[in-house]
Amino acid sequence: MSELYPVAVTVNGIQVAREIEPRMLLSDFLRHELNLTGTHVGCEHGSCGACTVLLDGEAVRSCILFAVQVDGQSVTTVEGLSADPNRLHPLQVAFQEKHGLQCGYCTPGFLLTLAPFLAENPAPSEAEVREVLSGNICRCTGYQNIVDAALLAAEMLRSEKGG
Amino acid sequence: MATRYFGQPIKRNEDPRLLTGQATFTDDVHLPGMLHVAFVRSQVAHGRIRSIDTTAAQAMPGVVAVYTAADLGAYWQPGPLLVPPPPIQDLVFNPRTQVPLARDKVRHVGEPIVAVVATSRYIAEDAAEQVFVDLEMLPAVVDLEQALTPAAPLIHEDLAQNLNAHVIQRKGDYAQARAQAAVIVKRRFLYDRGTAAAMENRGVVADWDARNQQMTIWDTTQAPVFIRNGLAAMLGLSEKQVRVIAPFIGGGFGPKIMMFYPEEVVLPWISMRLGRPVKWIEDRLENFYATTQERGQIHWAEMALTQDGRVLGVHDTFLHDAGAYAPYGLTVALNSQCTLLGQYDVPHYYTEFKSVFTNKPIVTPYRGAGRQHGVFVMERLLDIAARELSIDRVEIRKRNLISPDKFPYSNDIIYQDFKPLVYDSGNYLPALEKACALIDYEKFVQEEQPRLRAEGKAVGLGLVTYVEGTGIGPYEGAKVTVEASGRVSVATGIGTQGQGHFTSFAQIVADQLGVTPDKVRLVTGDTTEFYWGAGTFASRGAVVAGNAINAAALAVRKKVLKKASDELEVDEDDLELVDGTVRVKGSPQTAIKLGELAQRANPMRGAVKPGTEPGLEATDYFGPERGATASGVHAMIVEVDRATMMVEIKRYVVVHDCGSVINPMILEGQIHGGVAQGIGNAFYEQLVFDENGQLLNASFMDYLLPTTDTVPRIETDHVETPSPLNPLGIKGAGEAGAIPVGPLFAQAIEDALNNEIEILEIPLSPSRLYELVSAAEKAP
Ligand code: FES
Ligand code: FES
Repeated sequence: MSELYPVAVTVNGIQVAREIEPRMLLSDFLRHELNLTGTHVGCEHGSCGACTVLLDGEAVRSCILFAVQVDGQSVTTVEGLSADPNRLHPLQVAFQEKHGLQCGYCTPGFLLTLAPFLAENPAPSEAEVREVLSGNICRCTGYQNIVDAALLAAEMLRSEKGG
Repeated sequence: MATRYFGQPIKRNEDPRLLTGQATFTDDVHLPGMLHVAFVRSQVAHGRIRSIDTTAAQAMPGVVAVYTAADLGAYWQPGPLLVPPPPIQDLVFNPRTQVPLARDKVRHVGEPIVAVVATSRYIAEDAAEQVFVDLEMLPAVVDLEQALTPAAPLIHEDLAQNLNAHVIQRKGDYAQARAQAAVIVKRRFLYDRGTAAAMENRGVVADWDARNQQMTIWDTTQAPVFIRNGLAAMLGLSEKQVRVIAPFIGGGFGPKIMMFYPEEVVLPWISMRLGRPVKWIEDRLENFYATTQERGQIHWAEMALTQDGRVLGVHDTFLHDAGAYAPYGLTVALNSQCTLLGQYDVPHYYTEFKSVFTNKPIVTPYRGAGRQHGVFVMERLLDIAARELSIDRVEIRKRNLISPDKFPYSNDIIYQDFKPLVYDSGNYLPALEKACALIDYEKFVQEEQPRLRAEGKAVGLGLVTYVEGTGIGPYEGAKVTVEASGRVSVATGIGTQGQGHFTSFAQIVADQLGVTPDKVRLVTGDTTEFYWGAGTFASRGAVVAGNAINAAALAVRKKVLKKASDELEVDEDDLELVDGTVRVKGSPQTAIKLGELAQRANPMRGAVKPGTEPGLEATDYFGPERGATASGVHAMIVEVDRATMMVEIKRYVVVHDCGSVINPMILEGQIHGGVAQGIGNAFYEQLVFDENGQLLNASFMDYLLPTTDTVPRIETDHVETPSPLNPLGIKGAGEAGAIPVGPLFAQAIEDALNNEIEILEIPLSPSRLYELVSAAEKAP
């Protein structure tokens, strides 16, 4: 076992500090150290997108980052997507509404890929949604309902802002 | 009458948990004191184990134990044969099943040899690298046709050749068909391997509680009851001492069935031995080698037809790649054999296959489970015959469809459920016509295609049909309970992997008991909650468990009515179940809440009438007499880029018939997902093995799964021919989307390329198309 290093990260708004091996993946850190098991791993080589989380607001793949690399930064996982734990985020509502998930294993990665994208592109076209999601793999849905959910979420977010 | 939930696109009950990261998957289970297991796996496809040196690994800090086959002692046994051979005359069957840890030989890359247990997964994997296995490499059997030649090395040395099975089945007499035929078309067809690639890899957590003498196992299985029974027997425990939980599962598609995978068998043993919980989670690389795969077959097929395109008979001989072991019997090959004739009325059929052992990962059902191959052969033969006879491809299909008055329709051969292959019901022409109308067949052929071709575009259309045997037995069961809160709980033995069972089953119960589906809480996949069952496979969950749940809910409904009639002193016939209450028809103020009734049915004091069971609860079972046959038509329009040979799908249409539909939203989702996997199988995914049996593309970088930019929007429509074999009239739908996509691609691409090439293989790819076109250009 190698030496332990301290990391301090803000995860879903809460400060956490741990001593960990430098080789510990961010995905393992979140899942097994912090018990935030909503972040899933499908490949652990950066190609499926299941492990996507937000790092200082940007979508990153937590399976190809070491936890020590995010020291001092802020991470958002699917557990923290909705600011209000008693209410679903519009993306989550839209995924349920449009049946954008089946087994749900890939879903957290899709949600967290879409969250920053919709913040920047409040009114995307279908082609743009397909483009931004082209690096996330879902084996169950055939994507159509995910794309529709993303478009619906965009609409909901727009009217939330407007209203 | 309250709304009927059956048939409604109800939103899924399970979604909020999945969307917020609260659903428990196997790798989410964390137990105090838990250890982690990594496996040392064979790096060669075929070899003899000379020695294993685990000293260095054992000495590493954090390593708790290292086990080889020798350590397993009497526990070391080949896995169970999951499906016995069917009762077919003169059948040859040589069962060989996988072993927990390889002992003297390894037979495919990835076969586990040593289990390393450590305090963390990182350490376990480090230590696995310090285990030294001395292997004598043997030549590998990779090619299917070579496998049976006398020169081929023997994979199982106690067999005379690498033959797993040999099966011949006949309908009518093909020689007669041949004698009468005006035309014979004959080809060799190849269908190569792919992998299910569920997004969640496999995993097992085993926890032996010595104090309570209880074993709890979390397992990514589609069939927890079967696994519980098998493991209890192996571990020398009673079934009641073993609890198998199949929690949320990130996609199953077949390979997560009740396999008794080596890891599934070894983990509980380790937990008992060490008295600590242990976890093993497969990684993606392992998944490519150690999880079962499907698809390798070679067919030599011919079709005999009359001049006007009536099919008189089909003759098909094929080789089926079983991989290194064949625990799942002949299911896949039988499906190919039994699905081939499809929607067509064919009087004479000769079908023969040899299932062959190779030094490749094990083959067991993956979505479609062999049906693809049969459909590919039949649909291709029809296309080739249509061309030869100058008959339109839709017309030749219409001429051969089984007419609706012929059901039940028998194909006279034995199906994978060991019953004669009889289609229960069907109405094929309307679906075919709907598909033609949706894709605008006439207009495309007569106007669009000529116009686009004139513009230099290579556009083509495909249209194919298929059947799917679904919802086979033996049985499923369910327990339905009305709780004092007024909520209803339902337990059934199957596992669920994203099919929306929590919702569709709730809809069935909601209708019977007059509650809303969100009041129905479903438990699947926990053997403590429900003792009996078979599992989720063969598109049977909705059909078999759905009907069991319906039967149990109906029994509870009867109890509710009886109890309410006593309480309210009203005749049962005058009562109705609405909005969570039982009330008197026409005078809704005379009512009693379901929860209240449940309480009264389980009183604290007083006497219960003799012969009455306490509570409002019932358990019931359903076993269909035989499988229900679903069917459908897929059509698509593609454009081929002649420079890159990329194929772009312009439109994709599915018209399906899976009997009565519980939840159309969930059904559509199943079809979308099936089609996406079919597209992958037809054009993107192929497991490439070299001559040594090494897989050359074992990562998502190299094995291409369909993504948002390759799966088009899918337009669906349906025909509803209820199954007479179950009270709800449903047929399964889980696999339908994936079945006919191969021949659809083949036909559409040939059409787009003006029939310059003939496609006799799946999967295709841009480079393969390029090779085919180049070869055709060079041909004289
Ligand atoms: S698990 Fe990180 S990209 Fe697949
Ligand atoms: S819903 Fe199962 S992988 Fe996407």
